[in-house]
Amino acid sequence: MKGPRLPAWLGLAPFALAFFAFQVAPMLWVAVSAFRVEGDWGLDHFREIAASPFFRQAIWRSLEISLVSSVLGLTIATLACQAMTRSNARLRRVMISFTNMTSNFAGVPLAFAFIILMGANGVLTLALERLGIVEEIRLYSTSGLIVVYTWFQIPLGILLLFPAFAGLKDEWREAASLLGAGRLAYWRHVGLPVLRPALLSTFTVLVANAMGAYATVYALVNTSFNLMTIRIANLVAGDLFLRPDLASALALVLVILLVGITLIQRAILPRSDTHGTR
Amino acid sequence: MAHADSLPRPLPLAEPRRRGRFRLPSSYTLVLAGVLLLLALPLVATLGYALASRWGATLLPEGLTLAWFLELWATPRFLAAFGRSLLISVGALALSLALILPVAVLAQTRYPHLDHWMNTLILMPFAVPPVVSSVGLLQLYAGGPLSLVGTPWILILTYFTIALPFMYRTLANSLRAMNVVELMEAAQLLGASPFRAFFLVILPNIRAGVQIAIFLSFSFLVGEFVFANMLVGTRFETLQVYLNNMRGASGHFTSALVITLFTVTLVLTWLGARQADYTPKEASR
Repeated sequence: MKGPRLPAWLGLAPFALAFFAFQVAPMLWVAVSAFRVEGDWGLDHFREIAASPFFRQAIWRSLEISLVSSVLGLTIATLACQAMTRSNARLRRVMISFTNMTSNFAGVPLAFAFIILMGANGVLTLALERLGIVEEIRLYSTSGLIVVYTWFQIPLGILLLFPAFAGLKDEWREAASLLGAGRLAYWRHVGLPVLRPALLSTFTVLVANAMGAYATVYALVNTSFNLMTIRIANLVAGDLFLRPDLASALALVLVILLVGITLIQRAILPRSDTHGTR
Repeated sequence: MAHADSLPRPLPLAEPRRRGRFRLPSSYTLVLAGVLLLLALPLVATLGYALASRWGATLLPEGLTLAWFLELWATPRFLAAFGRSLLISVGALALSLALILPVAVLAQTRYPHLDHWMNTLILMPFAVPPVVSSVGLLQLYAGGPLSLVGTPWILILTYFTIALPFMYRTLANSLRAMNVVELMEAAQLLGASPFRAFFLVILPNIRAGVQIAIFLSFSFLVGEFVFANMLVGTRFETLQVYLNNMRGASGHFTSALVITLFTVTLVLTWLGARQADYTPKEASR
């Protein structure tokens, strides 16, 4: 043996140090500084957020866009997955590759693609206006953002849901049919109860994904649209008033909302879990 | 309760058989075609715009050209941003591999409980949005002894957390697929030091896993915008920040840029997926 043997835990030390410094410490800093008020401790930042119509609007809009786009995305993903289980293998493979591909299309490039498609001089905008189908498309509005968010929720939803759909056995459908169940009865009593855990957890992931989204919306509207992530970023990296402590408080509100959504899902899930999968 | 649908109604059990050559597409095919169209629309429009010489008042582009791509690839600012993105990604991947590989190996050999802990730890980068982390990072590393904000170093170090979940899972899976403990013991019985055993026996056996982890993490890192823009911005302009700053440029030019970026991502993912296909069957257990 050459040289002294180093203790094995030394191999963990650099990782632990880097993980603490760049993942744990920033989070701790946010959690602590949210309660810092001019050298003292207090809830003033949270009171300010709760009292400000501007911040309240940002929170509501974030929730609204996230929830609506998640419901739409989940619905479309569910329909697509159901169709995929019933379609032929080749079409199924095409769908899976295509959703994989589109799930990589996110952030700033996605925003630019939507500007080309649906911006003021967008390809689709001009075509639809020309055909007289719509008066105007407003991409930089709540409904415009919901369209963009829904678009990136669909591939994610399909990728997360499809394994559960693939687990629906043909025998169950046959058995239900033999027992006299129609399509509706099958879905109500067999299909949906089995899929419920997967649907719920996918929905949670989609909502969290949308709540934390920043790149796409920033590239679309810069800071002019009022959302939580936009406000947080603007408080620490904006042009005018930097208020890192207030940013921490708002960031903590966002994290608490995300944790809350996960806890609600956990609270609903166990019952359906024991019912459905076994 | 009387169900309206309580009468036995036969369900299509298998795929409907083809009766003739010209059959109406089933409702499932229509649903899938609709979803495909919806997902393809922004991509097709951007590709069309990148290849169109002009696309203004007409339904379809007026002429096809590669001029926008040629212009893009002759722009020094774009090439510089490309170089910076590659530099940061390669640096971050090398750092991540150096930090994570020892942990993955030790979790499969020395400390069996560590794997369980790691699987919980690696959820943290998913659970905390980058905007939230940025708030802390900006304050912690903006001044003082560790003044990293505004330099590429902060990105290399922060990107390690982005690569972590994927890299750890892939490495742990490929290590689990082979018998690491026995291979290490065998090598050491034959006189190799633990380091030698690791580099000559274990590493060649998990090469495919390492390559998958590298290619796929690479594609995430090249696409990263939030940290790049908030922590560094124009002081070390990466591809995504460059794209965002090109807002005022011609739509054809930015479309060519978007398509170029997406192609890079696709090639990287494809290289990763190809490695996954080559992985021996035992590895998938």
